[in-house]
Amino acid sequence: MDAQKQLFREEAYELLTVLEGALLDLEQNPGDGENIGKVFRAMHTLKGSGAMFGFDDIAAFTHTIETVYNLVRDGKLKVTQELVSLTLKSCDQIRAMLDASLKDSVADTARTDIITMEFQKYIPAEGDTENPDQGPGPSCEENPSAPQARLMTYRIRFNPHRDLFANGTNPVPLLNELQGMGECSINCSMQDLPGLDEMDPESCYASWDIIMTTQAREDDIRGIFIFVEDTSDLSLETIQDGPAYDHDIEYKKVGEILLDRGVIARDDLDKALGSQKRIGEVLLDAGVVDRTQISSALAEQEQIRALRKKRAAVEESSSIRVPAQKLDDLVNLVGELVTIQARLTQFAAHKNDPDLAGIAEEVERLSAALRDIAMGIRMLPIGTLFSKFKRLVRDLSHELGKDISLVMEGEETELDKAMIDKLSDPLVHLIRNSIDHGIESSAARVASGKPSQGTITVSASHSGAYVLISITDDGKGLDTEAIKAKAMEKGLIPPDAALDEHEIQGLIFVPGFSTSSTVTSVSGRGVGMDVVKTGIESLGGRVEIRSAKGYGTTITLKLPLTLAIIDGLLVAIGNEFFIIPLGVVVECVDLTDDDIKHAHGRHLIKVREEIIPYIHLGRHFGLTGERPTIEQVVITELGGSRIGFVVDKVVGQHQTVIKNLGRMLKEIDGVSGATIMGDGTVALILDVNRLVGQVEAGEATSVCGGGSPAGLKITSPINKSAA
Amino acid sequence: MGRTILSVDDSASIRQMVMFTLTKEGYTVVEAVDGRDALNKVKATPVDMVITDLNMPHVDGIDLIQALRADPAFKFVPIVMLTTENTVERKDAGKHAGATGWIVKPFKPEQLVAVVRKLLG
Repeated sequence: MDAQKQLFREEAYELLTVLEGALLDLEQNPGDGENIGKVFRAMHTLKGSGAMFGFDDIAAFTHTIETVYNLVRDGKLKVTQELVSLTLKSCDQIRAMLDASLKDSVADTARTDIITMEFQKYIPAEGDTENPDQGPGPSCEENPSAPQARLMTYRIRFNPHRDLFANGTNPVPLLNELQGMGECSINCSMQDLPGLDEMDPESCYASWDIIMTTQAREDDIRGIFIFVEDTSDLSLETIQDGPAYDHDIEYKKVGEILLDRGVIARDDLDKALGSQKRIGEVLLDAGVVDRTQISSALAEQEQIRALRKKRAAVEESSSIRVPAQKLDDLVNLVGELVTIQARLTQFAAHKNDPDLAGIAEEVERLSAALRDIAMGIRMLPIGTLFSKFKRLVRDLSHELGKDISLVMEGEETELDKAMIDKLSDPLVHLIRNSIDHGIESSAARVASGKPSQGTITVSASHSGAYVLISITDDGKGLDTEAIKAKAMEKGLIPPDAALDEHEIQGLIFVPGFSTSSTVTSVSGRGVGMDVVKTGIESLGGRVEIRSAKGYGTTITLKLPLTLAIIDGLLVAIGNEFFIIPLGVVVECVDLTDDDIKHAHGRHLIKVREEIIPYIHLGRHFGLTGERPTIEQVVITELGGSRIGFVVDKVVGQHQTVIKNLGRMLKEIDGVSGATIMGDGTVALILDVNRLVGQVEAGEATSVCGGGSPAGLKITSPINKSAA
Repeated sequence: MGRTILSVDDSASIRQMVMFTLTKEGYTVVEAVDGRDALNKVKATPVDMVITDLNMPHVDGIDLIQALRADPAFKFVPIVMLTTENTVERKDAGKHAGATGWIVKPFKPEQLVAVVRKLLG
């Protein structure tokens, strides 16, 4: 918008120059129509564009001048020396307004008022030339429709005049727009269509009967037809669908509907009812209605029936309470099923039997659908979690004497229940931090020109297979200088460290870091941020921080939708398979002997001029076996830095059903779980974050010598945890 | 999508706003600085819709609409007036000339998009 404002300013300055030129010419030659037109148009443009781009003062000011020059243009007013001087004065004032807007200030309003009053003297008192500026226009879109709670059904008859097409109107988009507003059944009537020899291809012969069920208001529906109201007959009536009829899902009989509409009389109906044929047929035979009218009435009946059924269904279904454990069991079983199905698919592929392949495909389709439903059952709106925070914010802000409001957005965003449970602590921590460290006291806020009440916004939204949860405060933001100084004092970074803004902000996640020099009961000693980060990463998520000093901080959590099944990248090392969570994978590249030679013994690979360190997974886990001539590097990105993992072979994407490793193995570093593949083999899911940490700490570099028995050879970590 | 819209306005900032808003929605926007320019532009580029200001130098909006409607190629093309004036007389003059609809300035980008969608589908 700023760029557009700037463009308007430039345009306005230019217009002022034109305006002044025209005014000076006009002074010499007061009757010159062309120059009068120029002045009028310039004022008109300043008014119109000014209002568009937020220059309300200019818009209001030029409105009066424009009115005066409209009178001049219509010959109702003569150009005088006095008027020209006044208009030139107004040009200076507009210029002053433009200059002021650059500095975010306002031009001398008293002067504006004086000039406006001078101009108003030229306008006749009746003021009949002045028109209210903001009448009801096509501004049909302007009033956001406040939805009413109950669905209403309307009968809309749209009968365009023959000349509908002549002003460029196409009825189809209008009908589409209607369909976007609610459930519609649209019936087109062609009964007015003449024979081919009489037909004028440029005329509109069709008319439409629309039955629509919607929450929109009648005005909104009429708004759709605003451009065609002069060129068509439009009737809109609410269909009687009150509670009196609600006891029954059935709606009125077709005959009654036709009677309601005045298409037939009671006698016709009674006569027709006397025979045994279907009422529509009978009426048709009797010649009192035509087929279109019948089908339109049938559509209405159908629509109301569907609506009633839906209402009944909503009332009945509501919800069933089920112990969470049962759902977990269900998801586990579905996981097993997916695994078995993968096995079946693999088996069928080998057998080359078309019948078996058909069954396998069907099972695959069904199990995928079942999986989606099972996962969906465990989804809960995150609002259940958010609502806890209201109380938290209220209590803490009282305790600290701060005035803070909590805004929640996207409460309807759904997330796996298990995930929601585990998110509670990290989120509470982050909100505590915002209240304690982020938002300033009311006095400090007022002093820095902010509203005295601080705001914390908690929002959630979907982004692909992830959910983004962000906590934003409009507090003082992170003081990077203070963070850097503190980190040096604590020895977390070397004194000569050259860090950019982002890296410094990332320091608050380093274990043992605290920016608050005083300990409060609210956020403790600030040991929390690293715990938050670890917590989120253990859920397969990531934490990002953005902060501007003086303006506030936003912490965004990016989380996978579910904990039970993830997208993984299946890789092979020797005879072992591993899964790397696809969310962290950036790309896969080859690692050739040449690459290794060029690195001079260091574990570095150059990818598009970027040097990336890598971890040799085979060696790290002590896996023996022949090394292929070309290995592959899976490049991952975590917390802004890229690390490669060398594997023998990248197999491909894999729907990974996550299995726990069980009690005995749960402390293994570098592995977060396991999954069972189609052929029954186990693949370990790598905890990329931990692996990187281990290697960086240099504690897991010991490689077990050869001769380990076949199977898992995660030597050093297992020994460590067993000890 | 892929439709071309002619935006006629003597104000560069309004033209830019129209251009920016509609380009974002996938439409192609051709600009003309007044009615005369517009009549030249449509000779070279076929357009699916016209959005025009009313008060412009040389050929004004109403004359432009009349001229376009007289051209068989523009008989059924939607033409929308984009105007600061909201008087019944001006609207009627526009409708009489053959305008399909109108938008009153100042308008919100969403309004513009809604009207274009309404008319182009």
